[in-house]
Amino acid sequence: MIVAEQHIDEKLIGILAQVSDPEIPVLSILDMGVVRSAEIIEGEVFVSITPTYSGCPAMDVIGDDITSALRKEGYKSSVKLVLSPAWTTDWITEKGRRALEEYGIAAPLEAEADKEALLDGKKRVKCTNCGSKNTKLVSQFGSTACKALFKCEDCLEPFDYFKCLK
Amino acid sequence: MFAWTLEKGLINKNKMNNNLYKYILGIADNCLILGQRLGELCGHGPSLETDIACTNIALDLLGQVRSYYQYAGHIEGQGKSEDDIAMLRPEREYVNTLLVEQPNTDFAYTMARQFLFDAYHYMFLERLQSSTDETLAAIANKSIKEVSYHLRFSSDWVKRLGDGTQESHVKMQDAINTLWCYTDELFHQTDADAEMIKNGIGVDTFALKDDYYNRVSEVLKEATLEVPASKYFQKGGKQGIHTEHLGYLLADMQYMQRAFPNMEW
Repeated sequence: MIVAEQHIDEKLIGILAQVSDPEIPVLSILDMGVVRSAEIIEGEVFVSITPTYSGCPAMDVIGDDITSALRKEGYKSSVKLVLSPAWTTDWITEKGRRALEEYGIAAPLEAEADKEALLDGKKRVKCTNCGSKNTKLVSQFGSTACKALFKCEDCLEPFDYFKCLK
Repeated sequence: MFAWTLEKGLINKNKMNNNLYKYILGIADNCLILGQRLGELCGHGPSLETDIACTNIALDLLGQVRSYYQYAGHIEGQGKSEDDIAMLRPEREYVNTLLVEQPNTDFAYTMARQFLFDAYHYMFLERLQSSTDETLAAIANKSIKEVSYHLRFSSDWVKRLGDGTQESHVKMQDAINTLWCYTDELFHQTDADAEMIKNGIGVDTFALKDDYYNRVSEVLKEATLEVPASKYFQKGGKQGIHTEHLGYLLADMQYMQRAFPNMEW
């Protein structure tokens, strides 16, 4: 597990927790682990966020949403993107993983199980609808860069799986 | 648009350096042109899943290119934006390799091109992570995670088509045979590359070459394909001398910026 330091001013947690990933509205950007730092310096807020994937189009929206959430609370802010250390699915919090599952997206497995599910066709991913592990990979790439598409062979529902990224 | 800002401290360490600028474009242009090629398949892929996969890979590559071009713009120091660098250069100023500009002749070509590039791209990024240039190392560290998925996907398709039906086998072998002559250029070093390698910023591509051909051959053998024996290789892209295909690609890609200069959305 990659441990990266995260500095978030306690006064800002409540505000940032209201901002969510536009693709996954149930998940706050804090639970997603994309906020790396948020500090108040002389009345201005400086926020650093890191992209999940380089081309993630949600980052532009997230940046704008952070600025407007802070503006509502009377803060002037500046948001920047940092690339290093690179984001990993390990940074999704336990609460975030539960929110993903409830929303219908299977949370990322550990690297080894992820590889077995995506490459060797092994049944490792649990259906978010019925909980069965009798699931099948439909496509390694899903509706967004971070997800793969699966299908449950018991309840026949298709669902997204959040790929492990380390 | 919300601007993507790189760490200021990292940028100031490298004063305007023309060779570094050229070196960054050498990496980035491959991602841009291949991303554009894959993007052409949006809504035209052979199946919904492969269509989504190709455009997802395109999105990753375009995301990586944004970081490279923003950094290049800072290094050049003339106030160029990522869009200026992507959209406002003539053909001769693109320094991508010939491989990535080859057309999507059929799905076998698309996957063979992807595989031959991904195998190189992955090994290249592996090394670039330890570049003495912290920004390039950070971009590499981010990108390699994405590229490992690309390589899995394209290797899988080379095997599936190579070891598939008689027809898919013939098509994949044909694609590999045709594209093979563009692989050597991936390792070619320009004068700017050589200087960057000497000062620890760049990746010594010569040192990757044997390993590349070994790894590629392994996948081809598993796919029941023959490893081409031809030693005829074509190059020129890194000097701006391209195949006829790039001009058409750029005409398409740059159309909006040329027709409506400075447009944004």
